[in-house]
Amino acid sequence: MIDRDMVTLLGIVAAALLLGTITAEIAARRATSDRARSIAQNLRARMRSWWVMAGVFVVSVAIGGVTTIVLFGISSFLAFREFITLTPTRRGDHRALFWAFFVIIPFQYLLIAQERISAFTVFVPVFVFVIIPARMAAAGEVKDFLTRVSRIQWGLITCVYFISHVPALLSLELEGYDGKNATLLFFFILIVQLNDVFQFVTGKLFGRHKIAPLVSPNKTVEGLLGGLIVSGVVGASLAWATPFSPLAAAGIAVGLAFAGFLGDITMSAVKRDIGVKDYSSLLPGHGGVLDRLDSLTFAAPLFFHLVRSMFSGE
Amino acid sequence: MIRAGVTLLIRLLCGCQARHLSAPSRSGPRIYFANHTSNLDAIVVWASLPEPCRSNCRIVAAEDYWGRGPVRRWLACRVFRALLIERKRVTRTNNPLTAINACLDEGRSIVIFPEGGRFLDDEPAPFKSGLWRLAKHKPGVELVPVWIENLSRVLPKGEVLPVPILVAVTYGEPLSTEPGETRQSFLDRARAALLALKDSTT
Repeated sequence: MIDRDMVTLLGIVAAALLLGTITAEIAARRATSDRARSIAQNLRARMRSWWVMAGVFVVSVAIGGVTTIVLFGISSFLAFREFITLTPTRRGDHRALFWAFFVIIPFQYLLIAQERISAFTVFVPVFVFVIIPARMAAAGEVKDFLTRVSRIQWGLITCVYFISHVPALLSLELEGYDGKNATLLFFFILIVQLNDVFQFVTGKLFGRHKIAPLVSPNKTVEGLLGGLIVSGVVGASLAWATPFSPLAAAGIAVGLAFAGFLGDITMSAVKRDIGVKDYSSLLPGHGGVLDRLDSLTFAAPLFFHLVRSMFSGE
Repeated sequence: MIRAGVTLLIRLLCGCQARHLSAPSRSGPRIYFANHTSNLDAIVVWASLPEPCRSNCRIVAAEDYWGRGPVRRWLACRVFRALLIERKRVTRTNNPLTAINACLDEGRSIVIFPEGGRFLDDEPAPFKSGLWRLAKHKPGVELVPVWIENLSRVLPKGEVLPVPILVAVTYGEPLSTEPGETRQSFLDRARAALLALKDSTT
């Protein structure tokens, strides 16, 4: 699955990680105050986790096909587990949750592995949304019924359904882009994750006007704009790796960055509602799997359907 | 090897993150007492203990559950080396406290569930007197409260299939009996120490 375009993208990622690691090490050396030291320590932990995540991701994409799908299946499982762990559930939810973890998640990714696009796009919003509330009603517990159903369905939509659109990119048939879908997937992840980083960095450097201080105190107008601009430029300069023209690539990258921002603040609002700062502590410096994937949740289905309707040969 | 496999399986299923509010290993036997909400409690505490505490520790488990059926018996006796005790028909010869006391006398730590059963409430039931009698048998022994968070959601009473929710096991500060303390006031104090861990996790 590795071609020359992919190797170039890998080189860019390795260079970015190296730059981040060097910055973190310099910051750690130069830190004099306690606050600076703790920021530098967090940055180093973040960079170590980035290397691990990038390594796992690159190896799975390089092996290709089913491995990538399994990786995202496991990510969905871990993200949904983090969400359910922090969300109050009751005895009556037990069987429905068992179905969610061990039947629904594997089945959704099985449909994706079989490239059954129309089946996987309706499985969760139609079939699962019938099965889960019905199973919970049959369990007979009525206290907070609507709230409990909504929580589980929200978790399944964001952690499973939305995230499953990332590996689904592999099954798109794009004109003049045969066999390069893994590169497109790589492009998507790169833009959304880079936007996270640049939004954070420009926000720290120039941030003045907070967007939603109660939801996410670090999000500023300046950070958002910085992320959008950098994403647009990076998108345009990586157009050669995609089926898009440079202008379209820039526009799509800006759209992805904005969708990433929306996913990020929405999942933050959910965290505030539950009363936690991070979904778990699995990835040192980042928080949980869901803290890392929050910006992908909204961007993935939007990107999938946009590319499918505009660039697919169907 | 089988032990490592079982530990890995348990960790994959429910994380078993251990939080130690007091240093985990000390010389001398300790009595760990935990809230009991699920049949998996015994295995989860066992899996969350760091070595060498784990190999020096026996888990006190109910004969009428863990002794039934070849798989459970094998798990209890061969894998996590539980000390199976009789709950239902206690006579002079099979008094569970004798076996547990012998264990403590050997210098081994034990894990017990002082509620004497699983309860569906959010808070632990009143403790049975076993904890007090063990503490009296070995004056000065450290009693460590252990709060198991979320396990009742992994495998609630009456369910067979587990759900992989993340479990946290919190080890609190050790306490011991105080001179002149009555049975009830000690048991209340121990239960309060356990409940304090619950509040510290949320």
